[in-house]
Amino acid sequence: MPPAEPIVPPPPDRVARAAGTSARLTRATADPPWARALIIAAALIFLALFLVIPLAAVFVAAFAQGVGVYLAAVTNPEARSAIRLTLMTAAIAVPLNMVFGLAAAWAITRFDFRGKNLLTTLIDLPFAVSPVIAGMLYVLLFGAQGLLGRSLADRNIRIIFAVPGIVLATIFVTLPFVARELIPVMEASGTEEEQAAITLGATGWQTFWRVTLPKVKWGLLYGVIICNARAMGEFGAVSVVSGHIRGLTDTMPLYIEILYNDYDFAAAFAVASLLTSLALVTLLAKRFLGRRITDAPRVAAEGPGVDRRAA
Amino acid sequence: MSIEVRHIRKTFGNFVALDDVSLDLPTGELVALLGPSGSGKTSLLRIIAGLEPPDAGEVHFDREEATNRSARERKVGFVFQHYALFKHMTVFENVAFGLRVRPRATRPPPAAITAKVNELLKLVQLEWAGERYPSQLSGGQRQRIALARALAVEPRVLLLDEPFGALDAKVREELRRWLRRLHDELHITSIFVTHDQEEALELANRVVVLHNGKIEQIGTPDELYHSPATPFVYNFLGNVNLFHGRIEDGQVYIRGTSLPANGGQPDLAHANGKDAMVYVRPHLLDMNLRPIVKGAFAATVRHINAAGPKVKVELTSQWGDPVQVEIDHDRLRELQLEPGVEVYLSPRENRVFVYQI
Repeated sequence: MPPAEPIVPPPPDRVARAAGTSARLTRATADPPWARALIIAAALIFLALFLVIPLAAVFVAAFAQGVGVYLAAVTNPEARSAIRLTLMTAAIAVPLNMVFGLAAAWAITRFDFRGKNLLTTLIDLPFAVSPVIAGMLYVLLFGAQGLLGRSLADRNIRIIFAVPGIVLATIFVTLPFVARELIPVMEASGTEEEQAAITLGATGWQTFWRVTLPKVKWGLLYGVIICNARAMGEFGAVSVVSGHIRGLTDTMPLYIEILYNDYDFAAAFAVASLLTSLALVTLLAKRFLGRRITDAPRVAAEGPGVDRRAA
Repeated sequence: MSIEVRHIRKTFGNFVALDDVSLDLPTGELVALLGPSGSGKTSLLRIIAGLEPPDAGEVHFDREEATNRSARERKVGFVFQHYALFKHMTVFENVAFGLRVRPRATRPPPAAITAKVNELLKLVQLEWAGERYPSQLSGGQRQRIALARALAVEPRVLLLDEPFGALDAKVREELRRWLRRLHDELHITSIFVTHDQEEALELANRVVVLHNGKIEQIGTPDELYHSPATPFVYNFLGNVNLFHGRIEDGQVYIRGTSLPANGGQPDLAHANGKDAMVYVRPHLLDMNLRPIVKGAFAATVRHINAAGPKVKVELTSQWGDPVQVEIDHDRLRELQLEPGVEVYLSPRENRVFVYQI
């Protein structure tokens, strides 16, 4: 078999030395250098203008009045309460959606049942519905004037304008992420390995933990990370159900908006920079995992001629 | 372990995969389930393994009903066409899997597991590959690991679903011979599915030919090749020429030309006036330049392919049907054939199937 054509054109001296045909082929399929430079520059400039500069601006604004103001802004009781609420909401919503996502992906890829198509469509619903409407749904259900509002009030259970509402709205908005990430992974991996495990004497539980979960774990983690990013950053749905009680029902995004509306820019950007850092950490984790997924041993190497020995 | 299959029926929607199939396989045999795709052979294998429930019928292992036992409880070794190795585990862990998932009471101690796995890796001649991942091995090596993994749990029966189907021709042949030797060594009852008649005839000591969800014939490779029970079996096992004829006075006539009925023929006397199909293998047709043999018929040479141990000649019979003949290279030189030449063909041996109407 001839060696594969290099994707990156080899340096000129090697092109000159390479055999005629392959060198000509390489040149014929590669873009001219000026086109490459132009395309790369366009992408980088765009990225800088719309992403890097605004992102940097957040941090610049956060520290505009000095480190002291920054620290005070992120450590005052209201800010700490907002940070705690955001982390708690994510800590509840993400595991729940992980379990739901696994179950849904399992059901959709492994079983045939009535309503499967409906389930597949419904999983995407939170993507299609505006987050504000998602919040409104919960107000309609659990609010004082809502369907269940009266009986909840009788039992002294508060959902709307309280933490449970925030958690519920977050779960709703982040519901599709894990399932969406897992379904294609599980579809592609098939069921033969599971069947093999069962014929080897593994129980269903052993098969799940030892075969299925390791097979889909990178997909699952990827879904969880995206789910977490959204859970921490969600604004619209949470804003509707929160009631904006300072120090009680303000998540980080809501708190930032309040500070901003109060013209407390330094504090607003300080908290914003914290939220941004969380997002950046999440993205870095995702990037790291993405590399793990592609780096998984995939290179086929021939063993030392054992097929011949077998003859 | 002996396996008995009784009146198995399996349908997928409107498609009947297996239609009242019964089969009795004694201990220690190497059995081929042979048939074209859609013949039900893989379904039968999966039903025996317990990976698929039959719609009706029973599976018995050693005279014990096993139909309702799960695949886990049946203790069969199953080898998949595409290996189904655990990609995230090393070769060593793949082979050890069946031992590691045992309940604590029956699980061997770690040292025993290591010893057993190494012994199996040696058996499949891959002892150097323990720390590799399946993706780092070639197809043939992967399939041998799959086999070692299946053997680790000391199954009472080994079931192989097109084990060589995904491999290229050369590796396939090597692995085939290797499996034959392995079976001679281990004497474990083994059933493999294949659509390759050559593979079935070479490897198995008993072949089950399946067609449209029914068993066409069960027999040794020899029996199957030399006395096929049905036109399908004759057709499926090797190249064949087909002539449509009629039975009159205990003779087969093809549009007026009588073919001599010979060896091992059904009694044709009672079949007078019926339509018949005459099958002749390409190497059992004699070729002459003159009609010196009684029952010879004329044919015109169309194409000659001399690349191979035998010369393959394609002709058109006097009735316009295509005919294939295989002759020796010496005979080709004697006859000095070339396209367009008219020759006379006479079957040295043929097989007549009477239409059952």
